[in-house]
Amino acid sequence: MTAATLALARQQLLTPAGLGEDDLHKTLGCLLGHAIDSGDLYFQLRRAESWSLEDGEVKQAGHAIHQGVGVRAVSGEKTGFAYSDEILPTTLLEAASAARAIARHGADGQLPVWRSVERVARYQPLDPLASLNAEAKIHLLAHVDAEARRQDSRVTQVMVSLAGSQDTILVVGSDGTLAGDVRPLVRLNVTVIVEAQGRREQGSAGGGGRVAYGWFLDQERALGYAREAVRLALVNLEAIPAPAGTMTVVLGPGWPGILLHEAIGHGLEGDFNRKGTSAFSGQIGERVASPLCTVVDDGTLADRRGSLSIDDEGTPTRCTPLIEGGVLKGYLQDKLNGRLMKTASTGNGRRESYAHLPLPRMTNTYLLPGASEPGEIIASVTKGLYAVNFGGGQVDITSGKFVFSASEAYLIENGRVTRPVKGATLIGNGPEVLTQVSMVGNDLQLDAGVGTCGKEGQSVPVGVGQPTLRIDALTVGGTHA
Amino acid sequence: MSLAMTRATAPLPERQTLEALVADILAEAKAQGASAAEAAVNFGAALSVTVRLGEVETLEHHRQRGLGVTVYNGQSRGSASTADWRPSAIRETVRSACAIAGYTAADPFAGLADPERLAREIPDLDLYHPWPLTAEAAIALAGECEAAALAYDPRIRNSEGASVTTQVGLLIYGNSHGFCGGYPTSRHSLNCSVIAQQGTEMQRNHWYTVARADNGLQAPASVGQIAAQRALRRLGSRRLDTRQVPVLFAPELARGLIGHFTAAIRGGALYRKASFLLDRLGTAVFPSFITLQERPHLPRGLASAPFDSEGVATVARDLVTGGELRGYLLDSYSARRLGMATTGNAGGAHNLIVEPGALDQADLLRQLGTGLWVTELLGHGVNLVTGDYSRGASGFWVENGQPQYPVQQITIAGNLNQMFKTIVAVGNDVDARGAIQCGSVLLERMTVAGE
Repeated sequence: MTAATLALARQQLLTPAGLGEDDLHKTLGCLLGHAIDSGDLYFQLRRAESWSLEDGEVKQAGHAIHQGVGVRAVSGEKTGFAYSDEILPTTLLEAASAARAIARHGADGQLPVWRSVERVARYQPLDPLASLNAEAKIHLLAHVDAEARRQDSRVTQVMVSLAGSQDTILVVGSDGTLAGDVRPLVRLNVTVIVEAQGRREQGSAGGGGRVAYGWFLDQERALGYAREAVRLALVNLEAIPAPAGTMTVVLGPGWPGILLHEAIGHGLEGDFNRKGTSAFSGQIGERVASPLCTVVDDGTLADRRGSLSIDDEGTPTRCTPLIEGGVLKGYLQDKLNGRLMKTASTGNGRRESYAHLPLPRMTNTYLLPGASEPGEIIASVTKGLYAVNFGGGQVDITSGKFVFSASEAYLIENGRVTRPVKGATLIGNGPEVLTQVSMVGNDLQLDAGVGTCGKEGQSVPVGVGQPTLRIDALTVGGTHA
Repeated sequence: MSLAMTRATAPLPERQTLEALVADILAEAKAQGASAAEAAVNFGAALSVTVRLGEVETLEHHRQRGLGVTVYNGQSRGSASTADWRPSAIRETVRSACAIAGYTAADPFAGLADPERLAREIPDLDLYHPWPLTAEAAIALAGECEAAALAYDPRIRNSEGASVTTQVGLLIYGNSHGFCGGYPTSRHSLNCSVIAQQGTEMQRNHWYTVARADNGLQAPASVGQIAAQRALRRLGSRRLDTRQVPVLFAPELARGLIGHFTAAIRGGALYRKASFLLDRLGTAVFPSFITLQERPHLPRGLASAPFDSEGVATVARDLVTGGELRGYLLDSYSARRLGMATTGNAGGAHNLIVEPGALDQADLLRQLGTGLWVTELLGHGVNLVTGDYSRGASGFWVENGQPQYPVQQITIAGNLNQMFKTIVAVGNDVDARGAIQCGSVLLERMTVAGE
């Protein structure tokens, strides 16, 4: 499988351009002739499509093909970068000479002996676009639309979108890395608008992963999204103003794990910690969470949206402990930051495309299950908020302050979940929030496969997860003071 | 440091080359049986450098091409795009679009813009001022900017760096009504982000300047100093109790508030009934002193455009007069769905200007009296269907018109319908660094959640 994937990547990316091993050597040679510590070439071919339905019909769809090569030269803490959307021997050399301008003239570097990277495939190298024919894709969307409309007569609008892509990549590094990968990714999303007595609310649900479209048909997943979107919208029709102030918050399992992504994950990315700009800088070995908390970043989970067999520098992904029993254990590293911090890459070097530089990024970030029954956690709260669905989040990694915005939440009164409340933003301090965790559920769930993380203008697919959590104090940004 | 090589951005291709590509795509679409088609071809090049703690961190050369086509098979449409300009790629891309149009449902509202709305004359809006900046010169500017921030105060001890980006682009759009137009643009920016430290507390902040021509940029040292001041003034941040208070939005955040307004009057949100401003045309959305104009033809404007992304001529108009909503932001498709005419806003709004009031920032703080001055927002807690608004905030607690201390880890919440109606004043301290130009905005009351 591994060798076959590499061969496929070479055949798709190098053969059409008439590029051979000589050209790769020549390009790296050009890069390394200038006191450059290391350099790499990243070839990418991306094929993507999207189909969208509204008013019960698929009226819009698009197809895109993008390919190119990014050339990076690294000297100490300096990085030079250029890319071309034409994969040709001449453009490769041009990009290399632009990228190497970062360093002074110097001695020639050593050219590598390539070794292919040992890795385990975390998904099949399949082509999602070809996994269903056009009629079947349209049928799937229409079926989801009908399922949503069937749920309730108050549904006035249904929008369904289906997107699929296949990325074929090849990484050639001066450290001898030669690695290829074929990455499928699909996503289906449903948004509905419901209306009653002049009040309108919206609900969204969806999912996906590194699989073929048939995955949406298994276990009626796609229809489940339709039912979930309508349920969510109807709950919001009944919602009263959210409370304002600091209170006990119980977070549901799965997607609320966005908490870990914002409060913990970003602050542990190697670049921020090398530069000392993170609220977590220099805190390895310190207690930053209650002893109930163990958090990992795991790129190896089969077929998950956030998973990768190898990262975008050719390093195999792994499961990296971030917090163990409440103690800060480690950072997420790419090659550059790992080297500068005198440690190794953790397989977290990711880039949006050949036209972007790799950065330390998360894959699937989640908190391991504890011993409590979810019902028992809710019953323990006299007055608080139970938040089960979220929109996005954001963090200021330097001050540590983070937010995430609830889209489905309820009051907890005397140990019981009572009325739904309107969406509200929750705000906390990353290095403190997990110290407030007093109960951890036994119901670990990962999200449905909808997460996209933005950093320095680059978007990459990620996953999150957690069991039900009780946080003794968190600030809820409602309107009802 | 010295560099082995100097290079500004890659030169733009000849305009005729791109026009010929557009013509080829449209001809190919016709040959493959499309009843109508539209195409856009773009080229962009940029040079970007970042200097951190006095050393170059990154030097990036960007050069990007794109080609996109939408074909119509009667009322059915399909789209495809690629970065490849070769004739074989054009054939393949048109074929993909045509294949899709063979499957999509007929949509009576789909189609090119009406021919009589297409721009006939294309005014020169003075949008192209390439900056012949070498990599060394860019590094020197970024270095000067960051150095000014680091020298400003001993508590500025760390930095995320200063960066200079210069970019140029050329986009040509054409359709089978015979329209073909395009123009080159440039955009240059300088950004600085530094960290103030005091004891164990760290606070980050940034400042930036952006312009079509390099002589429109703020001086590098001044950008660095403002970034330093903004980081320093956050030191000693406290929290607040939960309370309801008047709130003053700094101009860069007030632009965001107006952004929520524009998102809610977009055709796509209106025909889907996914807007809190549905059916509000001709009614008061703001207090009577609010005026909002769209001015697409401002020379060197950051969001100026002679025609929109469907080739429709853009026109100056009033969106809000005397607080009343006078127009929407529509493209041809959403306009037809609403039974209206396009407003030339395919692709977005072109320079929306909130008429400045008479008061400066100090006057507005005095008018605020006791309340919250918000200088940063965090997160995306805005629901455009309901207008519900809840976001993380930091800023200053103000008493008797005087900032008392910085505050953080609080939220501000309300409903945009109510927030817009209870605007008390708009400042003359206009931030013009984007598609929306607006001064500070003072709101009567919001809920602040904290300790």
